Amino acid sequence: MESGKNYLVGIYDDEDVMLNAVKQVRESGVKIHEVFTPFPVHGLEDALGYRRSRLPIAAFLFGLTGTTLALTMMFYMMGFDWPMNIGGKDFAPLPTFIPVTFEMTVLLSAFGMVGTFFVVSNLKPYGKPKIFDIRSTDDKHVMAIDLAKNHLSSEEITGILNQSGASEVNTKNFD
Amino acid sequence: MSVTASVRKPLITGGKTAHDVTEDICRQVEGKPSKLWFTAMAISLGALAVGGYALIMTLWHGIGMWGLNKTVGWAWDITNFVWWVGIGHAGTLISAILLLFRQKWRMSINRAAEAMTIFAVICAAQFPLVHMGRLWLGFYWALPLPNTFGSLWVNFNSPLLWDVFAISTYFSVSLVFWYIGLIPDFATIRDRAQNKISKAIYGALSFGWDGAAKTWMRYESVALILAGLATPLVLSVHTIVSFDFATSVIPGWHTTIFPPYFVAGAIFSGFAMVQTLLLVTRKVYKLEHYITINHIELMNIIIMVTGSIVGIAYITEFVIAFYSGVEYEEYAFINRMTGPYWWAYWSMMTCNVISPQLFWVKKIRTNLAATFILSIVVNIGMWFERFVIIVTSLHRDYIPSSWAMFTPTFYDIGVYLFTFGLFFTAFFLFAKFFPVINLAEVKSILKSDSLKSKKEETINEMQEVQDLENN
Repeated sequence: MESGKNYLVGIYDDEDVMLNAVKQVRESGVKIHEVFTPFPVHGLEDALGYRRSRLPIAAFLFGLTGTTLALTMMFYMMGFDWPMNIGGKDFAPLPTFIPVTFEMTVLLSAFGMVGTFFVVSNLKPYGKPKIFDIRSTDDKHVMAIDLAKNHLSSEEITGILNQSGASEVNTKNFD
Repeated sequence: MSVTASVRKPLITGGKTAHDVTEDICRQVEGKPSKLWFTAMAISLGALAVGGYALIMTLWHGIGMWGLNKTVGWAWDITNFVWWVGIGHAGTLISAILLLFRQKWRMSINRAAEAMTIFAVICAAQFPLVHMGRLWLGFYWALPLPNTFGSLWVNFNSPLLWDVFAISTYFSVSLVFWYIGLIPDFATIRDRAQNKISKAIYGALSFGWDGAAKTWMRYESVALILAGLATPLVLSVHTIVSFDFATSVIPGWHTTIFPPYFVAGAIFSGFAMVQTLLLVTRKVYKLEHYITINHIELMNIIIMVTGSIVGIAYITEFVIAFYSGVEYEEYAFINRMTGPYWWAYWSMMTCNVISPQLFWVKKIRTNLAATFILSIVVNIGMWFERFVIIVTSLHRDYIPSSWAMFTPTFYDIGVYLFTFGLFFTAFFLFAKFFPVINLAEVKSILKSDSLKSKKEETINEMQEVQDLENN
């Protein structure tokens, strides 16, 4: 058996059956490579034992960068580099800086977070996804199990998958 | 797993399965464009061409081609700008604010509404860009670059500059939000594609999406944060647009009520535009099971509520003008109502204050023809609102010798027509090549909110009650 290239693929028709199956399969000691679903299934990340996403932290830090950048830019331009008397207003009027500061915060936060999301999830134009079953973007929930990372035999795992409610169990080989 | 009370109306009817959803929506993308589509496209391209002529003439000869004069220096251009930006607001409200409020009925309509937002903002941007006159120098005036003729910077005290930041941020963040939602659906189309070209195009558009649980987890987190960012953003955009007027000292503009009043008006006109577009899309694409009467009724209720807020704002403005005791302010409002532009004022009042009140009647708000007509009436009214605020406040200057009237020329109308051509061309392209309904989100509520699941639930409940009675 080639290492890391042979997968068992369990196909589930229903999200609740799949969610229970994930718990059952993990309890019977099988390591799940990943589950592919056509839509977000709530509670799946907990069932798979994933750590919560830290993207909100990234968003906050990018937002903070935006705030700092905007305020620095405006104070530098209007207060230091070329102070101008505009209708007798203060050279560094903080209240009139608020709208631009807010917009820059939102802009950097949104773009920074989405950029981070693309990078960590390896999403890019012409990115070639590993597709275990083409129906996973239509209506099937697909559980992939890497045989090389499991000590149980292929037959044993197939049995566990069938018992957990899989409608089909296939093998998949990436060359 | 979510539990929804069975008394709530189902959001998806017709006993659809996840596979049916894929089929129903992808069919439009995969099939050949219909004759109707070509006809509609030809009309909008025609508008684009006629309007394009007016636009080129305006750019070539300058904005003197418009009907502006020394007194009325802002008229159709800024009216159209505010009108288009306002229309955009409904898309973000649906996708962001309703997401934060966990309103699941947004899921059938958010895709098309967000597309509308993006195209409307592009149309809106045409007007300030053209009004700059020498468009090609606009970068120096609008962006914080050192002036090539010295070291001057842009003026950060000016609401017009805040607008540059607000509109561009709003546009780009909305675009990203919309695109993130499209990625999983593009992947669905990619995996169904039969020929090489569409496989390559949708493959590139889908960014290599595979629907892994980990990616979905991050995706949901991104969507939630983006909604949290877009909510204050959308409110800030029309607030800043209203600052263009409110921070000036023109009687009729210099009022603190403008920000909330503009935001309510924006949502009001935006929802009306969503209704106009979706009623047609729903009919042509046979989406009756996805965009149900329930959806239409809910949107009509929002139109009714925001229309009433706008009505109250009109009356408040009036009362405050009298209460202020400022002669100029009082005159501005009396002149609006009874002056030479009385017809514009009363068109606005009829369309925006009286007509949405018809939605109190359930028969009217669940009637498709009535909804369609009223949605157009509301948008005519909202165009007049901006025209009334802008032109009637300007045309009576402080000195009677400066009093003037505004009459649009062919070029005013032409540039407006250009934006209509632009908007509908973009929308028809979207409707043909992009999935008009968010597949992934709609699939995720099939178990909790479809008619099928509701029926099963009701049957189970009835069974339980019977069992209890028998025992």
